[in-house]
Amino acid sequence: MTNLRGALSALIIAGTMASVAVADPVDDSLIINGETTLVTRTKAPAHVSDALDEVMSGWLFRGTETRAMQADDFDNPGMIFVEQAEDVWNTADGSEGKSCADCHGASSDMSEVRPTFPKWNDAAEEVFTLEMQVNDCRENRMGAEKWKYNGGEMVNMTALLASVSRGNTVNVAIDGPAQATWEQGKELYYTRTGQLELSCANCHEDSYGLMIRADHLSQGQINGFPTYRLKNTKLNSIHDRFKGCIRDTRAETYSPGSPEFVALELYVASRGNGLSVEGPSVRN
Amino acid sequence: MRISILTTIAAAVSATALGAAEIAPTAVSFEDGAVSQSLTGVAGDPANGSEIVGDKKQGNCVACHQVSDLADVPFQGEIGPALDGAGDRWSEAELRGIVANAKIMFEDSMMPSFYKTEGFIRPGNAYTGKAADDTFGPLLSAQQIEDVVAYLSTLKE
Ligand code: HEC
Ligand code: HEC
Ligand code: HEC
Repeated sequence: MTNLRGALSALIIAGTMASVAVADPVDDSLIINGETTLVTRTKAPAHVSDALDEVMSGWLFRGTETRAMQADDFDNPGMIFVEQAEDVWNTADGSEGKSCADCHGASSDMSEVRPTFPKWNDAAEEVFTLEMQVNDCRENRMGAEKWKYNGGEMVNMTALLASVSRGNTVNVAIDGPAQATWEQGKELYYTRTGQLELSCANCHEDSYGLMIRADHLSQGQINGFPTYRLKNTKLNSIHDRFKGCIRDTRAETYSPGSPEFVALELYVASRGNGLSVEGPSVRN
Repeated sequence: MRISILTTIAAAVSATALGAAEIAPTAVSFEDGAVSQSLTGVAGDPANGSEIVGDKKQGNCVACHQVSDLADVPFQGEIGPALDGAGDRWSEAELRGIVANAKIMFEDSMMPSFYKTEGFIRPGNAYTGKAADDTFGPLLSAQQIEDVVAYLSTLKE
């Protein structure tokens, strides 16, 4: 009897694994404005190769119409917010009377920035997300008030900084001083939280390609952030998405900007090393 | 260990003595992943069980399982095996064990433990994202578990 049960559950497990193996992201390529081809699937970086062969953008798991919206800047509703942030980029603010452009030049000169964030900041002796870096400039270089971590101005600015990097390869450093934070993020990624006891890995590593109720599970990559979601018709930050996913495990979430989410972001970003930056992306 | 056995016995005794008393989530006794004793002593209602299995706000089992018998419920997931024929594959006691706490039958299962109140990491207050408060209870009540088990037992091929 016990043997029979063992055999049965082995069968069940084999069944589940088999469907994971035929995970079905679409066979399609993302070409922005008919010009720039983005890398939406590539060989997994060494530090995740024990868990995944390939890493894939969430774009491959969305429907035909949603994918098309992202491929054309006129159809991508996220681009409106990029334009708004471009104005802010060029507008002086704070006691120093400076704009971002006064120190950094054109926003397009920032194209190497998004792919390397989160990254270690020597002066602050901690890992900085892009949001933390922007607020550091506002507070300490412009004499301006910090923006709310996941508020509108901030998410728009991250959309601008992502858009100028589109097509560049995500490449966050996980070694050196950032390593301890990366390890902490990895730990969080595999922790089964909440009353449903589900980890990020349960859904985004073990089950990507499968349907969970009405949702087609992706690998939960963040190369497309911020994402314009059709569901709430606005740009969504990385930490807002993390919060939503943890809440859905019936858990007490962490707050946007918390050390836990910064660590988790570094780890999740590193799982997408090799993919193109594609923010602002379109998701449902 | 000895204490937990004692509690189990105590709970079982009081269930018999009071007739309708329930076995608490912390007092359920598993044997090879199965639970032979009814959690309430009241026969399960399969019609209500089928509601619970398909309802997003109750068991939401269809989030992960397909059930042909519930063809009218849209968007059935595919994380776990289809539940068709579950009543042939498993005894009532096994089904009760799986629904109450599947991780005992299937080690590390992704399936949530529906009749459990302890041992969670950062348990929340339902889907609010806030910390659990003193209203925290199992995902399904003892009678809901019995109803679901009664329904699963009807799924024969
Ligand atoms: C007074 C000059 C000044 C202003 C104004 C300023 N910054 Fe900076 N910013 C800097 C300096 C200097 C650094 C490098 C600091 C460091 O490495 O710690 C920097 C770094 C950055 C970086 C990281 C670049 C990299 O390669 O890692 C980003 C992103 C950034 N700033 C965004 C902004 C934004 C957005 C604004 C406007 C809201 C802004 N900055 C305004 C001086 C400025
Ligand atoms: C119960 C399953 C589940 C768990 C657990 C879960 N997620 Fe998700 N997540 C989803 C679903 C469903 C979506 C929307 C469809 C998709 O892209 O997978 C999603 C989307 C995402 C996205 C957006 C991907 C994109 O391309 O826009 C990210 C990022 C993400 N999740 C990260 C996480 C992280 C980090 C964790 C752990 C803290 C986590 N998720 C836990 C179900 C889950
Ligand atoms: C988060 C996904 C998930 C949810 C929700 C879920 N299950 Fe499961 N279930 C699984 C998985 C995965 C398995 C396969 C066993 C394993 O983990 O190896 C399983 C196995 C089972 C089995 C044994 C498989 C068989 O032979 O039929 C039964 C019965 C079952 N589940 C019933 C339920 C019921 C009833 C509910 C709702 C009260 C439910 N499940 C909710 C994921 C889930």
